[in-house]
Amino acid sequence: MKIKISADHIRLLIPLVSLAVLLVAVFWLQPRAMSYLGLNLLFNLAVPIALATIAQMLVIAVNDLDLSIGTFVSFAACVTAVYMPSTPLLGIFILAVAIAAYAFMGMIIHLRDLPSIVVTLGMSFVWGGLAVLILPSPGGQAPVWLRSMMTAQTPIIPFAIVASLVIGIVAHLIVMKSTLGVAIRGVGGNARSVSRAGWSVLRIKVAAYALSGFFSVLAGMALVGLTTSADANIALRYTLLSIAGVILGGGEFVGGRVSPIGAVVGALTLTLAGSFLSFLRISPDWQIGAQGAVLIVVLGLRLIFSRREA
Amino acid sequence: MTFKTILLATAAVLSAAVLPHAANADTSGKKIALSNNYAGNSWRQAMLTSWDKVTKPAVAAKKVAAADAFTTAENQATEQAAQIQNMILQGYDAIVLNAASPTALNGAVKAACDAGIIVVSFDGIVNEPCAWRIAVNFKEMGRSQVEYLSKRLPQGGNLLEIRGLAGVFVDDEISAGIHEGVKQFPQFKIVGSVHGDWAQDVAQRAVAGVLPSLPDVAAVVTQGGDGYGAAQAFEAAKRKTPIIVMGNREDELQWWKKQKDANAYETMSVSIAPGVSTLAFWVAQQILDGKQVKKDLTVPFLRIDQANLEDNLKSTQKGGVANVEYSQADAEKVIADAK
Repeated sequence: MKIKISADHIRLLIPLVSLAVLLVAVFWLQPRAMSYLGLNLLFNLAVPIALATIAQMLVIAVNDLDLSIGTFVSFAACVTAVYMPSTPLLGIFILAVAIAAYAFMGMIIHLRDLPSIVVTLGMSFVWGGLAVLILPSPGGQAPVWLRSMMTAQTPIIPFAIVASLVIGIVAHLIVMKSTLGVAIRGVGGNARSVSRAGWSVLRIKVAAYALSGFFSVLAGMALVGLTTSADANIALRYTLLSIAGVILGGGEFVGGRVSPIGAVVGALTLTLAGSFLSFLRISPDWQIGAQGAVLIVVLGLRLIFSRREA
Repeated sequence: MTFKTILLATAAVLSAAVLPHAANADTSGKKIALSNNYAGNSWRQAMLTSWDKVTKPAVAAKKVAAADAFTTAENQATEQAAQIQNMILQGYDAIVLNAASPTALNGAVKAACDAGIIVVSFDGIVNEPCAWRIAVNFKEMGRSQVEYLSKRLPQGGNLLEIRGLAGVFVDDEISAGIHEGVKQFPQFKIVGSVHGDWAQDVAQRAVAGVLPSLPDVAAVVTQGGDGYGAAQAFEAAKRKTPIIVMGNREDELQWWKKQKDANAYETMSVSIAPGVSTLAFWVAQQILDGKQVKKDLTVPFLRIDQANLEDNLKSTQKGGVANVEYSQADAEKVIADAK
């Protein structure tokens, strides 16, 4: 009797195990966290991060990297807080245009063969500037429906967990099961063979960027639902968090090897690592270093296992 | 271990429920946390040192059970929101907050209030209605400078205004206060206005650039961190040193002391003491004690005059800002004044 574990399973197993270990450690340090309210407080801010991580994952799946996610999510949050409560149609229109801009950015990157890092870094200043134009000083308000959705009291399982599961499953269906998802990962794996098979790489890339923009918009909206109002700098951390989340969740920078469920788990793990360090009362001077150490340990584990595989 | 902790927690909850409450709420069992978003400049460092200096004896004297300080690593609102949510889980009774954003923490602050936690924000205040705010009246800080000058120069004169960083709320407020003061004392006239960005070197360059075009300047109104630079610019231009209002920085006080000893130069200095964190601490303690406290309080300024210059200079660290720690009595006075 030998149980065969494929590489994809290991890819998912390590993030899950890391999350479980961290969770046990947090419960041991802070038993109060082991409750409906506790889990919600631990994980609710991970929901927008998970959405941003999925957005980043879609870009990474086509071998690109998006350095504008943090400012784009901030921009989406500002639009949501300023326009959604009073003029929802205008708000939706602006967000739709922003998603179209994302798709256009994907097109430019592909057609002109530009490095995505440079283009998205440049765009990050554009989004940041637009966010300040829309909301010069912190403020705005979350629309009531959004606020009540993000603070919903779901039965038995806290909302933060339910939302993470839904995000993971939806992203899994899109990226792993749908034709478009297979094509997106195919472009990351071997763009030439995808185009020889009669696909338009341009269209696939545009679709990947548009989807990424869509998930970023959702992240901005979820964030406003949690914070009740916005700030032009609200989500700057998300750029690095989303990249770390994808990698932590078993994704790789090249080759179209990504895991949507792993990405969500990675986002949860990163959030939990922050709480864990805070419960440990590690001095803030060491916290960034300690967060990095957690990342290195998890990635190190992955390296050991993938070596053994080979 | 987990089982034991749960047992202890249960016992604590039971005993709290069974024991009758004292008439005047006792705060010796209450835990207060400081949530701070940034520690990267001398003002914030002094703020954290003051917090330690005041809260450690308070904990030792059993005024409160704990007063732990937490600083976020990256000065980001989302990170601080997570920090506040962690504090709810850690069972703190009050959170003293210097916020990264006046609005982006509202969700977490509301969650804390809903969990029965007292939230007192200061310096970087939050606008969630359930929290208390200890704000700085920057307008009054500007106006009081002109009022002081009206006593020194009853016949009035020309003023040079040094402003802070353009586009920042604090700069607008102080400047509005100064202009209000000039309206109140119309014998003064602002003949020039430059941006010194609250930094001595920038202020010096800006003043040096505008000086040749200015008539005789009787006094300089400032925002803090720019008085020494202005003095250097006047000296370099070989012009008579006007009355320069200082902003409690150590280099400014040093310069003032030297002038005072050399030629009896007289001025005043005003700014916000970083020790305002300790005022927020005592206000939180008073609220936990069951006192009725208005949601909006105002921080008193730290003003230095000719007479107490030496004392303040002695207690100010090199390169730092003049500081003062507040006591429980100070907090009671601020609360009473607000009523």
